[in-house]
Amino acid sequence: MTERTISPSIELRDVARAHRPIEWGRWLLWIVVLAVAADFAWIVAYNENFGWPIVAEWFTAASIMKGLSVTLGLTVVAMFIGTAIGLVLAIARMSDDTLFKSLAGLFIWFFRGTPLLVQLIFWYNLSTLFPEISISIPFGPTLVSWNTNDLITPMTAAIAGLSLNEAAYMAEIIRGGLLSVDKGQVEATDAFGMTRGRALRRVIIPQAMRSIIPPTGNQLISMIKATSLVSVIAMSDLLYSVQAVYNRTFEVIPMLMVAVIWYLIITSILNVGQGFIERYYARGERGASDASVRSALRQEEPA
Amino acid sequence: MNVAAKMAAQATSAPLVQARNVHKSFGENEVLKGIDLDVMPGEVVVILGPSGSGKSTFLRCINHLEAIDQGSIMVDGEQIGYELQSGRLQKLSARAIAVQRRKIGMVFQQFNLYPHMTALENIVEAPIGVHKQNRREAEAYALELLKRIGLSDKANAYPRQLSGGQQQRVAIARALAIRPKLMLFDEPTSALDPELVGEVLATMRDLAEQGLTMIVVTHEIGFAREAADRVVFMDGGVVVEQGSPEVVLSNPSHPRTRLFLSRFIQNS
Repeated sequence: MTERTISPSIELRDVARAHRPIEWGRWLLWIVVLAVAADFAWIVAYNENFGWPIVAEWFTAASIMKGLSVTLGLTVVAMFIGTAIGLVLAIARMSDDTLFKSLAGLFIWFFRGTPLLVQLIFWYNLSTLFPEISISIPFGPTLVSWNTNDLITPMTAAIAGLSLNEAAYMAEIIRGGLLSVDKGQVEATDAFGMTRGRALRRVIIPQAMRSIIPPTGNQLISMIKATSLVSVIAMSDLLYSVQAVYNRTFEVIPMLMVAVIWYLIITSILNVGQGFIERYYARGERGASDASVRSALRQEEPA
Repeated sequence: MNVAAKMAAQATSAPLVQARNVHKSFGENEVLKGIDLDVMPGEVVVILGPSGSGKSTFLRCINHLEAIDQGSIMVDGEQIGYELQSGRLQKLSARAIAVQRRKIGMVFQQFNLYPHMTALENIVEAPIGVHKQNRREAEAYALELLKRIGLSDKANAYPRQLSGGQQQRVAIARALAIRPKLMLFDEPTSALDPELVGEVLATMRDLAEQGLTMIVVTHEIGFAREAADRVVFMDGGVVVEQGSPEVVLSNPSHPRTRLFLSRFIQNS
């Protein structure tokens, strides 16, 4: 009895020759899930209410393309301005200067604390609050002044609303990234007599990027979707353009599908782009060159 | 090397570093309780002492990484962090302090190389960005320094791809690249595996022989014995005793120095 429990041959016990038992449960699960997915795809494809021919007809229509370009343009501009202001806010918030610190804190508190939709409507209706906008010395003479209605178009209201809101969120993301950089790096830049600006640009921000990029990718994707809110202030973005069509034709679902598919295409492309950017800023982390990655992989293979 | 020349230089010139009555507290905890120390040009001063004796803090005060609470520190004729203006002492701006630091090289315990830059980029960063040298000149000097520390083949390696000892040698080259008047070493071998300590100490010994002014905080008694012109023993925030390595290390007069050294001799 004991003879049999001890291995008959040490070769048979070599784990390199081990077989994996067939996992029937997993196979079954795969089959069920695939069947349900196929059925669902079938239902969606053959449900006439989706109006796929209408989707195809409008998918690249001129008005939709125009709306799409507005959505993309608005995203890029708002993200760009938002990140720039966010960087300034983050640095101000981390400074030792109480004035800058409190101003940045106040900004972030306000723009994160109120709904974006409300902010957009406020910007759009700014003229009812301030019929004129002017630059003047406080309690002194006016230097220049504009009529608010001329200044605030749907476009400027949308850009102001989206980018100031974005700035508040980006400020927190950038601040988190800057705090994640090792204190020794800041000390090294100090010891070498680098100015604040150069230290940030050359040493601190490049390292902070590794923890700034992933949440910024999230922000970008939610920004693309947030631009759809500007349809309430008559800015002709992608959603507004499909709404304009279905208000005429009453083909609500097919037109919404046009918008949904475009949103999905853009966000998918962005996901791929984010992957590339993350890999760029990880250089020096896992060894930058292909050769070193390959040799690292080789080391993990069994000899 | 040319000990006579070194001595002659020291005899004729003023001290490069002049610390007077330096006090520093972290909250309630007074770490430095009145340090006086002069370092002559070309001198190699090794500061020894138990953990918590304030030796690293003192070193970091010399280039104003830590601001001192009382006393004064002069480097190369300038008061660090302050300026005397018509009889009144004024705090310098961050930019002016940055300028003062540019003639002081520093080597850290944790190397603090920039991880996203190659060895060469690490070395030329300050010469190009801070000292406004042109790239070709700076890179040529950086390659010369890499050759001197025996790492010519690692110019394009990132810090992660180097061993701890190699990283610290690159960090030394980075500090040398700004042609400093003074080099500060803050426990340069404490974060290294024992078998990597030797290569870093050898590099530092070369620098000492070339007549660079160095202040070294370390636990390496052997290095102090071989390379130091003067050993300073600190404990409890004060300088307990100082003198030539032969005197302080072989024949210490103060009981605390004796206790400290006996612990090291037992260990090795």
